[in-house]
Formats: sequence, structure tokens, C-alpha cells
Amino acid sequence: MKAPTQKTPQVTSAGREITFGQAINEALAEEMRRDPTVFIIGEDVAEAGTPFKVLSGLVEEFGRGRVIDSPISEAGIAGLGVGAAMTGMRPVVDIMFGDFVTLTMDQMVNQAAKIHYMSGGKLKVPMVLRTTLGATRRSAAQHSQSLHAWLSHVPGLKVVVPSTPYDAKGLLKTAIRDDNPVVFFEDKMMYQLKGPVPESEYTIPFGVADIKRAGTDITIVATSSMVQVALRAAEVLSESGISAEVIDVRSTVPLDKQTIIESANKTGRAIVVDEGYERYGVTAEIASVIAEGAFYYLDAPVKRMGAMDVPVPFSPVLEDQTVPTPELNDWCFRLARQVPSLRGGTPGADRQIDAPDVVVQAYQRYSVSGLYCIDLERRLQRKVTDNDTLGGRRWDLKLLA
Amino acid sequence: MNSKLKTKNSKLSRSPVAIEREKWLRFYRQMLKIRLFEEQVNQLYLGAKMPGLAHLYIGEEAIAVGVCEALRGDDYITSTHRGHGHCLAKGAAVERMFAELLGKAPGYCRGKGGSMHIADQETGNLGANAIVAGSAGIATGAAMSAKMRGSNQIAVCFFGEGALGQGLLYEVMNMASLWKLPTLFVCENNQYNEYTHYQETTAGDLKARPEAFGIETVSIDGQDVGVVYTTALRLVGQIRQGKGPAFLICDTYRFHGHHVGDINRTYYRSKHEEEEWKSKRDPLVLLVARLKAQKLANDKALAKIEEELRREIEAGVEFALNAPYPDAAEVDQHVYA
Ligand SMILES: Cc1ncc(C[n+]2csc(CCOP(=O)(O)OP(=O)(O)O)c2C)c(N)n1
Repeated sequence: MKAPTQKTPQVTSAGREITFGQAINEALAEEMRRDPTVFIIGEDVAEAGTPFKVLSGLVEEFGRGRVIDSPISEAGIAGLGVGAAMTGMRPVVDIMFGDFVTLTMDQMVNQAAKIHYMSGGKLKVPMVLRTTLGATRRSAAQHSQSLHAWLSHVPGLKVVVPSTPYDAKGLLKTAIRDDNPVVFFEDKMMYQLKGPVPESEYTIPFGVADIKRAGTDITIVATSSMVQVALRAAEVLSESGISAEVIDVRSTVPLDKQTIIESANKTGRAIVVDEGYERYGVTAEIASVIAEGAFYYLDAPVKRMGAMDVPVPFSPVLEDQTVPTPELNDWCFRLARQVPSLRGGTPGADRQIDAPDVVVQAYQRYSVSGLYCIDLERRLQRKVTDNDTLGGRRWDLKLLA
Repeated sequence: MNSKLKTKNSKLSRSPVAIEREKWLRFYRQMLKIRLFEEQVNQLYLGAKMPGLAHLYIGEEAIAVGVCEALRGDDYITSTHRGHGHCLAKGAAVERMFAELLGKAPGYCRGKGGSMHIADQETGNLGANAIVAGSAGIATGAAMSAKMRGSNQIAVCFFGEGALGQGLLYEVMNMASLWKLPTLFVCENNQYNEYTHYQETTAGDLKARPEAFGIETVSIDGQDVGVVYTTALRLVGQIRQGKGPAFLICDTYRFHGHHVGDINRTYYRSKHEEEEWKSKRDPLVLLVARLKAQKLANDKALAKIEEELRREIEAGVEFALNAPYPDAAEVDQHVYA
């Protein structure tokens, strides 16, 4: 893949804020208005608007001919998507939980991914498979996985992992217009996250990482659910005088290697954080990109942080350990203090920081989730506090509606 | 959504085999246990004491109980996301179930599984499953193993009609029939796949599907525990004799939402429809009517059973609430055997 040249269009029109879920909804509605070949197929996508209510209102506008409730047949609807895409339509296949992409694997991996190539470039498969990722909803092993690395492994598929409402909207529109099969992962815990999204039309190209926060001491490369966590970590670090740069890759395929390498060259220290299993995962790929591209500038080994290599457990006391969240700050501090810089300065080396306290504090601060927070508040009829551990990974309350 | 409610004649059906009084009371005890258990689960959810969600079995109790009462203790079952009823009917202990639901150490899976994954080897329960139709292969494989081992066990695969959308089910039905594997497929048709009526997702005649594989298929009223039991008894008997798999379709209804958080349901099913089922086809109400009509039990006897069960459930909740969480170090245990 060629190094991307185009950088992110910036959010200009200040003002309007919508949720991640609304951003997805808007992208779909706009593309369906623009292009009559776009349609949605999936389980409970019509009147129910999916269990996450992300598609609410679409069936009312576009009718059941374009927002199609399917049987519980993931392999089947993925297959229909491939065939429809090959013959002039632009299907958006909805797979409720990312765990169920396993059921679509033959259609995605052996069919969709290979058809353009196998046909010598004659046939194409302009379909989008939208699905979810992310743990800590207390949904246990079969409803909590982040399997984007699986799809990223297969040539012929593009894989998108947005982290803000703004990115989600612009990237989904690009996905629908792309002539290739695109797998689009949405973090379930992020659907209620609010952020600025301009009223005016825009798209965001694939393969262009976004520097979500600029910094000089350490690079945190993050994906999807972990970007917000990384931003919080960066904030905590800044209170101790450590300047972290947060890079959101936005798409794992194509991957913007250049931006990642440039940042690592600048800071000399890098952590890669992603919610997929750590073993053979996205963090491994990105860490190798940094190792190869920034080796002579690194002051410390690249640190990878993925989900623990265990099936996601149900019990909150176990599940919370499996996401990279709580350890992130700890590692930032460790790395920032480690190995005096080979390039003259000694960033972090002389700092006396009592990391563990800050870690605990930071973790509690990440701990306020969208979906569950609202749900818990409805049930408890009071505001959720940091002591309500039932809800799982939570963002800053301020970000919520 | 155009759900058509076929209100069946709720007249008490006549059972082809005589069921002993003790058995009728056993049905009552088991069904009421599930009902009370599930009501508590809902309370635990509403009080934010239970992590995550749960899919309640209320309204469908006669199926799990009618089928499991026709089984041997060592027969296998597999279950679904709506699995508490199957677990209890096969003999699981209330307190360890609650402990699992709260993610506590004494739970059946040491808190690793939760509501959707309860398994209990001692009672032949190979596990609930959060993947629709995910257990069809497991049940049929267990049946194959029973046949290979000559153990004369059978395997029951419980699933909702939504599972009819999954290809796996057809692959294993074919093999079960080809190789006469001792499997009983039990389709609990509660009318809805999540938030969509099954008639919008299921083409043709439901019964014709297993029949196409040469599998004996029986369609019954799943609200009448007597009918479920006697039908299951007959099918289980012939399966155990080596005559191959059977397929049992039970018409039923879930009285609550798809899961505990599914409160506003009018966009997919009417209040009227819910009331019809609750008032005319509640399996427990029907059972009590029969018990009284046939003078199998009086109010006092039933109240005594209820009282005992309430104490058991209460103690179970208490036990679970006070139980410790698993040790943090358990997180990476049991990844490999
Ligand atoms: C393979 C798969 N697809 C989708 C889901 C999400 N889901 C959970 S329950 C359910 C509906 C199941 O309906 P049914 O099988 O009839 O069982 P019921 O809930 O009615 O008891 C769906 C779609 C899932 N768990 N697994």
C-alpha cells in the first residue's frame, strides 16, 4: 500500500455533538439517500433498530425493502451480501456481536476477500460488514470478543476501527463507497459516547491515522475502544509532566505506518494498545512496524498491551483484568522512567513519580460507561458512582448525554 | 409485525399414559421452582445486583420440566441463552445457580460463565450456549459418543425456533438421522426470534424440515406439562432403543422480554397478545387447575410446596449475595485442561 498523503479533514463547524450510535445512523441514512443500491440486512435491524438501537428510524425512512430483517443466519446473510455486491448492489451486512463473525468466516475469508483477485480484477465485492467489539459488558465469553485481528489477517479485506463519532461517520461513508469488502468494527461501549460531528457532508479516507493528541515523550498507538482510554492516560501523564502522543490508527487495513513510525522516531518510546487478544494480534503487527521503522530511535522496547489471552470471563472481578485498561498508565510511567535517552535528554529518567496511586485513580476515571451507566441509573434511580462495578469499563461521565 | 396468536383449546388434555400423583406434584415443584427462581433473577437485575443481563424462561417451564422428567439422570442436555429452566429441570442446585449469576466463586462455573453458560457435569448438563444453535453440534456429538461407548444414554438439544435459521442444525440433523444417533431435538417455539416474529424469518412448514431428514417430528402444546412429558417419554423410549433421533416442537411463549432489559415491547408484540397468553396459557396455572380438578392436590398441599420453594430460593439468593468473588488469580486458570 502506498503511503497516504491526505491528512484528516479537521472538525471545523463547532457546536453540534452527537453520539457514536447517531453518527453511524447518519452515515447509513446519508449513503442510502445518495445511492439507491445501498441496503441493510441483518437480525432485528428494522423495527428493533438492532439491540443497540443504532439503526432506529431507518426502516421508517427507507422501508423494509432496504432495511431487511433476516433470519438468524449469519453465514447466509454474509453470503447474500457477497453475491449482491458482485452484481450491482452495495449491501451493509449487520452482524450483531463481533463474536458471530466466526459464523461468516467462509463467506468473508474464502469468498469476499478473494473474488476480485481470483477473477483477475474483473469481479468486485463492494460490501460492508458492520459488527461490534469490546468487553466489560458482563456478557461473558461469546459476546465480548474483539476479533478484528482475524479479518485484518486476510488479504482482500479492509478493516476499520473508529474511536469517535466524527471518525465513525466519515469512515463508514468511505466504507460504503469503497469497492472492496470492508469490515467495520464498532465498540459496543462507545455507542453513547458524544462528540462533535459537523452537519456538512464529509468522508475520511482509510489508511490515515489520526494524531488524537500531540506529545513528545511517549507514543501511545491505540485502536477503537482503547483510544479513549489512551487519551485519559495521556491526561493523567500530563499531570506528572509526561507528554504523551496518542495515535489512532482508525483502520488496521490499510495501516498508516508512516504516521506511527514518525511519532515513534520523535518520542523514542511506544506502547501499542488494542482490545483484541494480545497473542498474534493487532498489537503485534503494529509493534513490528515500529520495531522495523523506528529501531534506531527507540529508547525502550515497544510495549504491547492487548486483551489477556483468555476467553472473556463473566465475573466482574475477572473480566476487568482482561482488558488492557488498568495497566496502561502503569506502563506509561515505567517506560517514561526507563532507560535514559540515548539521544541526549533524559525524559522521565529523573522524575520521581509514585505511579501506582495514579494508576488506580486513572482507572477509576475511565470507569464510566455509556450504555450501562444509563441503564444502571434507570434501575437504581440515582447517579452512578465509581463504586458501581457492575457496569464495566466506563468513560468519563461528562462525555455522556 | 403481524403475529398471529392461535389460542389453543386450553381444555385439559387426556394423557395417553397414566401419570402418578407423585409425578404430577414433582412437575409442580419443578415448574414453580423455575418460576420463582426467574422472578428473583429479575429482581437481582432491577436492583443492579446482577452483572449483565439474563433471558428469563418464565412461561416456558412446562417444556424443560416435561422433557427432563422423562430422562435418566445420566442423559445429556444442552441448553441456550434462555437456559436457567433447563439447568434447574435437570437437577441443578438453586444456590450454585444464583452464585454463578452473580459471578461468585461457588457458582457452577466459578463465575466464569454467568447466566448464559451454566454447565453442570454431575447432572449431565453440557452447558447453556450464547450462540444460537451453537449447541446443536455438541448435543449430537454427545449422542454419537453415547452410541460409541454403548452407554445407552441419550442427548437432548434444547433450542429456540430462531435456531432454525442456522445451517449447523441441518448438518447435524442429517448425520443424526443417517447414523441413528440418540438425539432428541427440542424446539421451543416461543414465537419470537428476539424482536421479530418467527413467521417473518421462517419459510414453509416448520415440521417439514426435520421430516425431510427422515426424523420423526411431533408438534405439541408446550404449555401442558402432561402432554410434554408423555410425548417426551415415548420419543425418549424409542430413541433409547436405537431407532434414531426425534424432533419435538413445543408451542410456547416467553412472558417477559427477550432479556431482563427488554421492557418496552409493544413495537414487536402487543400487550393484548401477552395478556392472552398469560391469562389463558400459563403452564403453571393450567397445571394447578388440573391438580385440583383431578383432586391430586389441595390448596394446602400446594401452598406447602410453594412455601418450601420460597425458602429455598431465598436461601439461595442470600448464599449467592454473601459468597466471595473468585480469586483474581483464577482469571488465567482453565484456559487449557
Ligand atoms: C449466532 C447468533 N446470532 C445471533 C445471536 C443474538 N441472539 C441472541 S438470542 C437471539 C434470538 C434467539 O431466538 P430463539 O432461538 O427463538 O430463542 P429465544 O430467545 O426466543 O428463546 C438472537 C438473535 C446469537 N446469540 N447467536
